Amino acid sequence: MSTTDNASTFPLAMEGREAVEAATREGRALTPTERIIASVEAYTPQEAAERTLANEMLADTRPGTREPLIINLGPNHPSTHGVLRVIVELDGEIVRDVTPVIGYLHTGIEKQCENKTWWQAITCVTRMDYLAPFANIHAYTLGVEKLLQLDIPPRAAWIRVLLSELNRLASHLVFLGTSGLEMGAMSIFFYCYRERDEVLDLFEMVSGERMNHRYFQVGGCAQDLPEGFIPRLQALLDILPGRIDEYEALLTGNPIWQDRLKGIGVIPAEQLLNLGVTGPTLRAAGIPLDLRKSQPYSGYEHFQFDVPTEIAGDAFARYLVRVREMRESIKIMQQVLDGLPEGPVIADDRKVVLPPREELAWSMEALIHHFKLVTEGFMVPEGEAYATIESPRGEMGCYVVSDGGPKPYRVHMRDPSFVNLQALRPLSKGGYLADLIAVIATLDPVMGGVDR
Amino acid sequence: MSAQINALVPGAVVEEHEALGELTIEVTADRILEACRALKDGPTQFSRLSGVTCADFPDQPGRFRLAYHLHSIQTGSRARLRVWAGGLDPEVDSVTSVWAGADWQEREVFDQFGVRFKGHPDLCRILNPLDWDGHPLRRDYPIGGEDVQFTDAV
Repeated sequence: MSTTDNASTFPLAMEGREAVEAATREGRALTPTERIIASVEAYTPQEAAERTLANEMLADTRPGTREPLIINLGPNHPSTHGVLRVIVELDGEIVRDVTPVIGYLHTGIEKQCENKTWWQAITCVTRMDYLAPFANIHAYTLGVEKLLQLDIPPRAAWIRVLLSELNRLASHLVFLGTSGLEMGAMSIFFYCYRERDEVLDLFEMVSGERMNHRYFQVGGCAQDLPEGFIPRLQALLDILPGRIDEYEALLTGNPIWQDRLKGIGVIPAEQLLNLGVTGPTLRAAGIPLDLRKSQPYSGYEHFQFDVPTEIAGDAFARYLVRVREMRESIKIMQQVLDGLPEGPVIADDRKVVLPPREELAWSMEALIHHFKLVTEGFMVPEGEAYATIESPRGEMGCYVVSDGGPKPYRVHMRDPSFVNLQALRPLSKGGYLADLIAVIATLDPVMGGVDR
Repeated sequence: MSAQINALVPGAVVEEHEALGELTIEVTADRILEACRALKDGPTQFSRLSGVTCADFPDQPGRFRLAYHLHSIQTGSRARLRVWAGGLDPEVDSVTSVWAGADWQEREVFDQFGVRFKGHPDLCRILNPLDWDGHPLRRDYPIGGEDVQFTDAV
């Protein structure tokens, strides 16, 4: 059997092989990422076994002369937070280098948006960071509203704040639960998911969906908060501080938890900033960058809350910051409930916003508007806008370009998970392999957002 | 702000305008690296690169319009640097030496648009497989009826 026949039966082997061939054809050297992927992929199992045997025969066993051991972690691995693949170069148990390989969840969402109308694209963007769907739509709708120069009613803005904070809480609960699981703390997972399920029930009340809601619309929110929502949320807000105390009782003072996280994954704050890292990871290193404070949007300037920061910059600090952020989110949500203004929940602009359902029965004009909006969509003036919000993971940016038509010319989502994941390499170099898991867990990337 | 860039990097600025509360500065493609360094180290203190992205305009001579979103955590201000990369052999200087965080974002632009970044330490595909054909976010990339590129996996 020739090697080509052999390779064709192993699609994974093809990718590395073709990268090598393409580089040879173009007469250039392999880039570091291509080289490391090819080193684990360009061989069929038979060839790999032969190479290993050959290497073992050549191996020098004197101290300090070891070849690095290259292992492939993921893309399907229970501790990599989704389909993240990390190629690790190990010297004993010490991580010499890591190469994150991403793209396994790439679904071309930005391309799909270009072929949908402005309002249909909401359905696409909400599916990116699947733990923070409200953050995705929030950034997108703010971007489109900026282009339209459309103001949204105060009640709509406050409801957006309410759901964004509820979403931050749910996202941090998943972080806490799954990180616990990855560090070997099983029970925290059940406690966190108990409360997260309550949050998802609330999302279902509001939008009819437990994930991938498209509740925020261009111009406001799809409908008002349903009956029974506020009492149920209030009940949750009343028990949550006690529940967060429970999580902290399980973890914060736990010597095993501290041993696994303290002093793990530290680089200087300036380097984090240079890498574009935002969110709890940056705040845990002492830089209090929070877009809700530094450039308030959707009325965040009306609420009193602190931006939790730590100075250690290690995995434990990142955990502490997220736990304290959950408490701040509760404070914000309580203020929203206490002062929620009355009024419409969506802007009254018939060229952009669907007319109220009941009007369709008697108003010809409303019917025409409805028909035009649903079939053709609304026009957005030519231009470009960049809207940024503070998602649970950091700065979520949305760059929208319009050519004046009913479809976006370009939608780019600057997802914090994608940019933050670049810090994985400097954060985990020189540590133990087990600490790599702690670093991935506390960076908290969501692969749907990384790959889009 | 264009005056500040022009003082540090003479002749780099093509155009400056403010729209929808956002400042946009267009610079010539060959001066982007100098302009970025000047904006970061100069009095404007753009310590953060929020994002690098691109939009494809096949009818324009420059075709690929890159947008660099800058943010200063010291002053809180934001700005957008714009560069036309050129249609035939799109290539601009990489800004990874100014902000390390540009690394993956430039790789994404290379992957999706085929714009090359000179001096990038690791310019290869990132979201699509290494052996993918074409650049999906170009406007002329087919969105229906293209060959299935994973037939060998069936």
